[in-house]
Amino acid sequence: MKTEKINEMKATLPALSVNEGVARALVGAFCAQLNPTLEEIADLKCAVSEAVTNCIVHAYRGEGGPIYISVSLYQDRSITVTVRDRGCGIPDVALARQPLYTTNTDGERSGMGFSVMETFTDCLTVRSRTGVGTGVTMKKRLL
Amino acid sequence: MNTEGLQVTLKAEGEELFAVLSGEVDHHTAASVRKEIDTALFKHRPRRLYLDLSGVDFMDSSGLGLILGRAALSEEMGAEVTLLHPGARVKKILAVAGISRLSHIKTEE
Repeated sequence: MKTEKINEMKATLPALSVNEGVARALVGAFCAQLNPTLEEIADLKCAVSEAVTNCIVHAYRGEGGPIYISVSLYQDRSITVTVRDRGCGIPDVALARQPLYTTNTDGERSGMGFSVMETFTDCLTVRSRTGVGTGVTMKKRLL
Repeated sequence: MNTEGLQVTLKAEGEELFAVLSGEVDHHTAASVRKEIDTALFKHRPRRLYLDLSGVDFMDSSGLGLILGRAALSEEMGAEVTLLHPGARVKKILAVAGISRLSHIKTEE
């Protein structure tokens, strides 16, 4: 059954690492109107942090670009967050979503970004085209 | 030394090196903290590295990378790594990665 959208926001942030915290704060503040528990909002912020970090580190490989964040809130207290980029895209999404898989070679990336997004939200969808970009949609329904 | 959003205080005591983290650990903040800890590791060559996480109120998988990277470097140097006092949020992210299953990283409440 469709539920009514009660609010939405869209933001564009440059792919600067300092904006990882900005994105968390932005989404956390916006979702506060649904009165989430501390744990629920912490989970959501962590998932957003992962998605935004992926844009910075992998999509744009540290060279910058726009990160598009949109958040929709629904009457049934569900939240949909989409994080999109126009970066290099993911050649094999299924492979990228495997725990511990990373293309990073300096040993400082855990390869757990998608695993965290999956664990901390109810539903994760990843769409990507190489040379075009990637969109990550996360859904979470507050209890 | 201060890093916006994350601070690390380093203290060497004999064969032990303590790195007390305070704030939010993400990809942005982990970068300079990593360098500070590694510099201290090379300087002091401890037998045990303790990462005190009691003051960490946010950590994403970049924090896991920070821990795993320090553990790898410590292992190369012959040092053990122990995570001290992780809070509930940090424990949750450590659980996603299955850190407790790694024999070369200990955790103390």
